[in-house]
Amino acid sequence: MEFRLLSDIAEYCHTEGKDFAQAMLDYEMRNKNLTREQVYASLKQILLVMEESVEQGLTQQVVSPSGMLNNWAKQIYEHPLGALGPQLQKAIARAIAVGEVNACMGRIAAAPTAGSAGIMPAVLVTMMEEHRLSRERILDALLVSSAVGLIFARNSSFAGSEAGCMGETGSAAAMGAASITYLLGGNEEQILEAVGFALKGSMGLVCDPVAGLVEEPCTTRNAVGVANAFVSAQMALSGIKSLIPADEVIFATKEVGDLMSPRLKESAQGGLANTKTGREIQKRVFKQSD
Amino acid sequence: MSEPPSIFDILGPVMIGPSSSHTAGASRIGYVARQLLGDTPTRAVITLYNSFAKTHKGHGTDKALIGGILGFGPDDLRIRNSLELAKQESLVWEFKFSSGPNRYHSNTARIKLSGVGGGNVEIVGVSLGGGRIRIDEIEGFGVNFGGQSHTIVIIAEDIPGSIKNISAAIADTNNNIANMYVSRSERLANMVIEVDHPVEPRTINAIRTFPWVRFARLIAPMVEGSSRYDK
Repeated sequence: MEFRLLSDIAEYCHTEGKDFAQAMLDYEMRNKNLTREQVYASLKQILLVMEESVEQGLTQQVVSPSGMLNNWAKQIYEHPLGALGPQLQKAIARAIAVGEVNACMGRIAAAPTAGSAGIMPAVLVTMMEEHRLSRERILDALLVSSAVGLIFARNSSFAGSEAGCMGETGSAAAMGAASITYLLGGNEEQILEAVGFALKGSMGLVCDPVAGLVEEPCTTRNAVGVANAFVSAQMALSGIKSLIPADEVIFATKEVGDLMSPRLKESAQGGLANTKTGREIQKRVFKQSD
Repeated sequence: MSEPPSIFDILGPVMIGPSSSHTAGASRIGYVARQLLGDTPTRAVITLYNSFAKTHKGHGTDKALIGGILGFGPDDLRIRNSLELAKQESLVWEFKFSSGPNRYHSNTARIKLSGVGGGNVEIVGVSLGGGRIRIDEIEGFGVNFGGQSHTIVIIAEDIPGSIKNISAAIADTNNNIANMYVSRSERLANMVIEVDHPVEPRTINAIRTFPWVRFARLIAPMVEGSSRYDK
């Protein structure tokens, strides 16, 4: 069983009378010779790790070895001044929480990568809390997100060294946008629209990590990725159409990734990594680690 | 693409941060080296190439490699303290760095292990991203496998009939060969055999009793979530 495009999955849903989550369940069961229970057991484990990583970042001391990250998630979560609604304020704090846990060598679930690991947990925990959704529903949303990741991996790339941050937080935001749209009752077409919006919003985003570490700007870009996911889902659920279909947007991310200079793709040679301050931080970090 | 990817290539791996290539992949390479040694390691000499050489400390690559050598999976929190734990277990290690022009992939580690029993093994492993790895060299033989299947690694004298005898030993326990790679150098042959099911002790014992077999070791795949979660 093979899906080449997101539209293939949508078509499978229509033909079989299934939703995106069921389509991906069929895909995994058939290709890997697994039972429904086995697939859900693995999904549950991923969700458990996601929830734990959010919790840890919001409750434990998380200061990265480089000193660049310092308990930011708690600060945002508890801040009395709200520029966003409380839902989004908490959501971005959760994304940063996971980023901090990751930088401190805590346990995380890459989704799709470690550098973008904050987005899916933030989206799912927030949806579970705000909409009082069951864990079972959230596991289905994870299945939906995997559809987006699967097609993105096939037709573009998750690797920061190939597609920049667009491939990491961009694809994670698209996975999150699809999950939110699905959980709020969006149909297959709306899920695809949400994916298109999220990827358009991160088109061309470079990977320029200061000192080559998964900290700055990765962590705050995860927060922006969460916002992107909610914004994209809202547009799709409101019935707005992405004029460029999601599958074509994915091909465009591949083209843009190929056109991006290697200096802007994880090599820590351009962008923020190459600023005066970025280089100073790099010097300091490597000195202390010698 | 040979086999359709799993949804758990997208969701996961569950891992100790911060980097799937520089942390999770590194621990897997260490783990394969440990299994090929087949003994408690007492000494490890690790050469890091290219990106691994440049950025290992910031990504905990050193802790991940040593953690893998101690037998920890990529999601095992003990990786954080692996250097202290290694000292407690009397493992002596040394890191070397090579970033000059070379033939290696950007995230490559060469690991030479010595065991309590006096055995040695040397491998070259590459971290491919997303926690996936490829082993490129064992004892100087070029190989190419991912360590995600049950794998038998054999070095034997290059004599006619060796493959037949080894496949018979595997088939005796109803195990099935999924992939087999053979390479030869001087008068020795290297075989890497990936099989469908866990290898029974009597299979590997049978292979070891062939007088022309110099080295036969097993690699069991790292099961995702095999280490204990806190809750």
